[in-house]
Amino acid sequence: MQFESLMSFFQMDGHGLYVWLSYVITLVVLALNFVMPRRAQKKLLISLQKRILRENSDK
Amino acid sequence: MLLSFRRRSELLNPLLFFMMVAALFPLGVSPAADFLSQLAPGVLWVCALLASLLSLDSLFKADYEDGTLEQLLLSCESTYMIALAKAVAHWLTTGLPLALLAPLLAVMLFLPTQAIPTLVVTLLVGTPTLSLIGAIASALTVGLKKGGVLISLLVIPLYIPVLIFGASAVHGASQGLPVVAYIAILGAMLALSLVLAPFAIAAALRVSVSS
Amino acid sequence: MNKAKKMMPKWFYQMASPKGCYQITDKLLPWFTLSALCFLSVGAVWGLLFAPQDYQQGNSFRIIYIHVPSALLAQSIYITMALAGGVGIIWKMKVADMVAYACAPIGASMTFVALLTGAIWGKPTWGSWWVWDARLTSMLILLFLYFGVMALYSSMEKPEIAAKAAAILGLVGLVNIPIIKYSVDWWNTLHQPATFTLTEKPAMPVEMWLPLLVMVLGYYCFFASSLMVRLRNEILRREKRASWVKQLVAKV
Repeated sequence: MQFESLMSFFQMDGHGLYVWLSYVITLVVLALNFVMPRRAQKKLLISLQKRILRENSDK
Repeated sequence: MLLSFRRRSELLNPLLFFMMVAALFPLGVSPAADFLSQLAPGVLWVCALLASLLSLDSLFKADYEDGTLEQLLLSCESTYMIALAKAVAHWLTTGLPLALLAPLLAVMLFLPTQAIPTLVVTLLVGTPTLSLIGAIASALTVGLKKGGVLISLLVIPLYIPVLIFGASAVHGASQGLPVVAYIAILGAMLALSLVLAPFAIAAALRVSVSS
Repeated sequence: MNKAKKMMPKWFYQMASPKGCYQITDKLLPWFTLSALCFLSVGAVWGLLFAPQDYQQGNSFRIIYIHVPSALLAQSIYITMALAGGVGIIWKMKVADMVAYACAPIGASMTFVALLTGAIWGKPTWGSWWVWDARLTSMLILLFLYFGVMALYSSMEKPEIAAKAAAILGLVGLVNIPIIKYSVDWWNTLHQPATFTLTEKPAMPVEMWLPLLVMVLGYYCFFASSLMVRLRNEILRREKRASWVKQLVAKV
């Protein structure tokens, strides 16, 4: 462990703002890239299912 | 190309634009001579870029709309040569006049006289590259209705290196530094685009026409 | 004559069809997602807690563990996108087109992260958020190129035509990649030269570059898993009239 206490971990010798800002932004971008396609997948499946139901009812 | 001579406005518009935008800077920012002379290389180059962009939209549009583009592509002529010819025509009607008009604007913006030959040379070498790259973007978007803004979006990233080297060369010349290296790189970019761009233009035209 | 044709393993041909690709990625996806999660969490914890500080930069050095992998990926994804587009246009492979389409947003986010974390790292290290040196400028150009590709896709209605146009743009923009890579060698720039090269040992001590390696692997696995999810969505969208899609959707 490079840090003696939790406080020093957050402060990073004064560089805390920079380090944590970058890590948080990266985490947000990665999380968005994880969540958004999966949400799109769910919406897509629902819309495709509705389409099939419509086609079957038209027959 | 004859057509563009007949429609004088097409020829004049980019040049007028070039002049007017260059004039905007002393009016909008500051008319101080020493300030302007520092800005001048960049401003002149950016204006040349924008003026070149203006006329890209119509490069293939007229031919696309009346069907001649399809005919050209179907004919036995090599599409590479057609693409090259179109880009050269664009340059002759936009880049070349611009490069010749530039000394006048350089004086307006207090560019040191020692830099003016470099300005003209860099524009002469750089604007054909702009025409070639711009023709790729124009060919990609000719089928779209509102292609104009998209062309700028596509082409500006590719224009940036030309801008950087062109403006740096003029800037260097205004300070008396040697500029051969910059001009050599501009020349290399021109050579590369002369050889490769027509392939891309031709491919893009085929894609657009087939849609 | 049959012997000469079977040069590639079976899964190679399977991947070329949308249906085969969907089935194969179905099996691969959980592995890549899991690996990504593991590598990224291990790497981040290691980099934040256990790796030593830099002698000159102090703790802001830890940004390297998220900056370098994202910059690497920004470039690799562009190359993937351009090559996939090229394959799609030359061999008329739908799946290659769809791979290129799926790559673009991921690549753009990676470039964005690289630029942003780089700027944040630059402030304590160089004193300014941004400097117009060759590498940063060409990374910005890369971001603009990604935007251009994405704009092309959204401006055309038919995905097949859009894919070809975007492929051409992608290939033209490939010239930017060597500029990014070699800009730190060609010009005296503020940005550091490469940490990892294929031929030499890194200049950093092991305790510093090992977590970096883990993070790079994690980012690549993340890319693979994101790509697959987006690819699968695109396959379903474009093949929605196919019977296998209808059967699949009905089962869900």
